[in-house]
Amino acid sequence: MARPETEQDLAEVVRAATEPLRIVGGGTRGMGGAGTPLETGGLAGIELYEPGALTLVVRAGTPVAEVETALAAEGQRLAFEPMDHRGLIGGGGTPTIGGVCAGNISGPRRINAGACRDFMLGVRFVDGTGQVIKNGGRVMKNVTGYDLVKLMGGSYGTLGVLTEVALKVLPAPAETAVLRLRGLSDADAVRALSAGLTSPFEVTGAAHAPQGPGGEPETWLRIEGFAEQMSYRTGKLQGVLAPFGEVEILRDPEETASIWRWVRDVAPFHDTAGDVWRISCKPTEGPQIASRLDAAGLLYDWGGGLIWALLPEGADARARLGDFGGHATLVRGSGQRFHPEPAPIAALTAGLRAKFDPKGIFNPGLMG
Amino acid sequence: MDMPAPNPAILARKARMVQRLSEVLPPDAVIHDEAETRAYECDALSAYACPPMIAVLPGSTAEVSAVLRICHEEGVPVVPRAAGTSLAGGSLPTADSVILGVSRMNDVLETDYDNRVIRVQTGRTNLSVSGAVEEDGFFYAPDPSSQLACAIAGNIAMNSGGAHCLKYGVTTNNLMGVTLVMMDGTIVEIGGAHLDAGGLDLLGVICGSEGQLGVVTEATLRILPKPEGARPILVGYDSAEVAGQCVSDIIKAGVLPVAIEYMDRPCIEATEDFAGAGYPLCEALLIIEVEGSPEEIDVQLGMIKEIARKHDPVELREAQDADEAARIWLGRKSAFGAMGNINDYMCLDGTIPVSALPEVLRGMEALSKQYGLDVANVFHAGDGNLHPLILYNANTPGDLEKCEAFGADILRLCVELGGCLTGEHGVGIEKRDLMLVQYEAADLLAQMAVKDVFDPAWLLNPAKVFPLAVSETRRAVAAE
Ligand SMILES: Cc1cc2nc3c(=O)[nH]c(=O)nc-3n(C[C@H](O)[C@H](O)[C@H](O)COP(=O)(O)OP(=O)(O)OC[C@H]3O[C@@H](n4cnc5c(N)ncnc54)[C@H](O)[C@@H]3O)c2cc1C
Repeated sequence: MARPETEQDLAEVVRAATEPLRIVGGGTRGMGGAGTPLETGGLAGIELYEPGALTLVVRAGTPVAEVETALAAEGQRLAFEPMDHRGLIGGGGTPTIGGVCAGNISGPRRINAGACRDFMLGVRFVDGTGQVIKNGGRVMKNVTGYDLVKLMGGSYGTLGVLTEVALKVLPAPAETAVLRLRGLSDADAVRALSAGLTSPFEVTGAAHAPQGPGGEPETWLRIEGFAEQMSYRTGKLQGVLAPFGEVEILRDPEETASIWRWVRDVAPFHDTAGDVWRISCKPTEGPQIASRLDAAGLLYDWGGGLIWALLPEGADARARLGDFGGHATLVRGSGQRFHPEPAPIAALTAGLRAKFDPKGIFNPGLMG
Repeated sequence: MDMPAPNPAILARKARMVQRLSEVLPPDAVIHDEAETRAYECDALSAYACPPMIAVLPGSTAEVSAVLRICHEEGVPVVPRAAGTSLAGGSLPTADSVILGVSRMNDVLETDYDNRVIRVQTGRTNLSVSGAVEEDGFFYAPDPSSQLACAIAGNIAMNSGGAHCLKYGVTTNNLMGVTLVMMDGTIVEIGGAHLDAGGLDLLGVICGSEGQLGVVTEATLRILPKPEGARPILVGYDSAEVAGQCVSDIIKAGVLPVAIEYMDRPCIEATEDFAGAGYPLCEALLIIEVEGSPEEIDVQLGMIKEIARKHDPVELREAQDADEAARIWLGRKSAFGAMGNINDYMCLDGTIPVSALPEVLRGMEALSKQYGLDVANVFHAGDGNLHPLILYNANTPGDLEKCEAFGADILRLCVELGGCLTGEHGVGIEKRDLMLVQYEAADLLAQMAVKDVFDPAWLLNPAKVFPLAVSETRRAVAAE
């Protein structure tokens, strides 16, 4: 095991490595396959935080919680609402910001604010030869050369070890309101979510649980903003949603936060047996696609475009789904994690990995 | 700006190329007459011009694929072109290249409001994408000032931004999928109406790759429901420092306007003479726009006005109706035209951390004295994207070179202060040779490794983005 304290030391470890390395951020997801663990936790700390410029530069091994605390002190936040996998995977560890960026981990607010990768402004990373590389920067607009920042976001360490990331942060709105409908079928629920999302009232969360916290179907839409906005927008949205049933409005901060934490962290599948799949699809097709799964449990986020499915251990969700114009990732369970890619894309992926990691030592076996 | 010398072996193959291309395209889609190829000799960086060997205007993805396969077999460089409004020389041809223009491919293929996406052919202009969904209450958010003319293909290649990207992001944040034709003719579908990539984020690296990785023929774009309304205010200050502080305070207070635009005195004076928008003649003028219902706008503007007043503005004017709103925007929107009216100008595009604004303005003033050329600034203040406009006279020998040297110094200053060379216009040829100011050689090699994978023969737009000396060995292989 290696746990370097500086970028230079980390680069040295990679340069000297001849055998596979398993890159470990917080180790909350048990990913990465075989290899000697290379921990990033030694590279921790916030390098720069300018609230007036909405920018944060942070070392990759910094715990997400530390980042969130620092932002909250200035009334700001990570708008992409990263999920905490610990409950779902059932493991320990401390999620790190590098792990979040390497996995492009985004929560319910992704539907409105964008994904983690949309907030990544710059990266520093060590490639498979031990070379330190920087891309992007700390400013919000930057088209200088290729955007390797996006390429690193969601590459799960297969192209390099992130050592530092620059992020765009946003003000945390003063208030949250949730509109809740009960008892809807999946198809009606997704229609209701679409109705909300196509209104001008900036819905920042749109989720449906066929079995909500109380066991019955619940559908939620979230809006966030300043106090004066809440009653206006909830009122308007109530009108938009009226055809779908009775709409309750929740304003209690604790209650609304707990709903979105439940959705974000896929709480209904905590402490359950079986595999957990994450399916990304065209939102309106969500229910129809999910119906092919014969799942033991379902949760819809992103207006229907993100399906969490609980399946018996070893069941092959991809075989059940057939062709559907999206992809299915195995998040909990053993088997092929990432969706197989069409040949020309697989060739590009393999080509990029061979360039960035010529020794083939970064998380081999992950991502095809 | 140097361009590589044309490869005589390729020039000698012109007749054969014309013939082969004519076999896969309609007769009017292959342009090879020297008088006609001139139409493609430059983009909006018009100080540089060079007619291509041939220009082709395919009408479908299949035709693009056929063209690329032929050029690949023949080892002929290809320069993709959309509307030709690049300010960086992104679509400047070389004499031995084929210009591949997508302007005939401008259909809307699908609009899907429930999923909030539109699929278009990429020759479609930016504004007409919004135009296609406007009546149904939607819009496409990235809004470069050139939006009437520029096309989605160019927007994707340059990752273009606009005045409203503080809230809505730039092209990459609103692009969900593309059909990409690789240099060997292979057609690849990446992304789509689903929200995130299944594997590596190839879409993320294609966006902003300046036509060097493949030709984008179709795109799935995110469309958004139109806000209920929008209203600007105008605030004038007698110091850049104070205006910068005001911007920072607004952002810190948790209000997120859709746009915060900044103009400095030389720019205000020029636009006043030109458009007469009634701007106060002060050191720094801010236009701040917020969105929502009338009441929501009142609340947000109330907060902004309170912050703005704390900094002692010389003027604070709120639009009471659509007419006044248009007047507030009038000067900003005519800024480039106003400059063009005075003189030739070069428009730069560096970005700085917002906090470095006063310093960069002071630096520019000093450089302006040193070079003896005037500079005026318009600036997307919320996100630090500067547009210094350097005035010069194209007819005065040496003026262009002086102007370019001045521009390069401004961009160096941006990088020194923690910013970058280009916020939205791209590198093209214009900033190609400055890349080593911002990046180490190893950083550029990592970027070039991506091109090696997508276009191993370096045939797509090869003389752009990377300093010629850095890309030389790769291009040399292609030329063999
Ligand atoms: C007055 C004016 C104002 C402007 N304002 C803004 C602004 O506010 N914000 C901003 O970001 N930019 C602005 N620009 C710059 C310019 O409009 C943008 O860069 C625009 O995106 C270029 O689009 P285009 O269709 O004209 O592309 P072109 O100039 O034709 O090409 C641009 C690049 O795209 C590549 N390309 C073209 N088609 C394809 C394709 N099918 N596949 C792959 N690559 C392709 C070309 O090779 C080239 O590198 C402005 C320009 C002008 C003249």
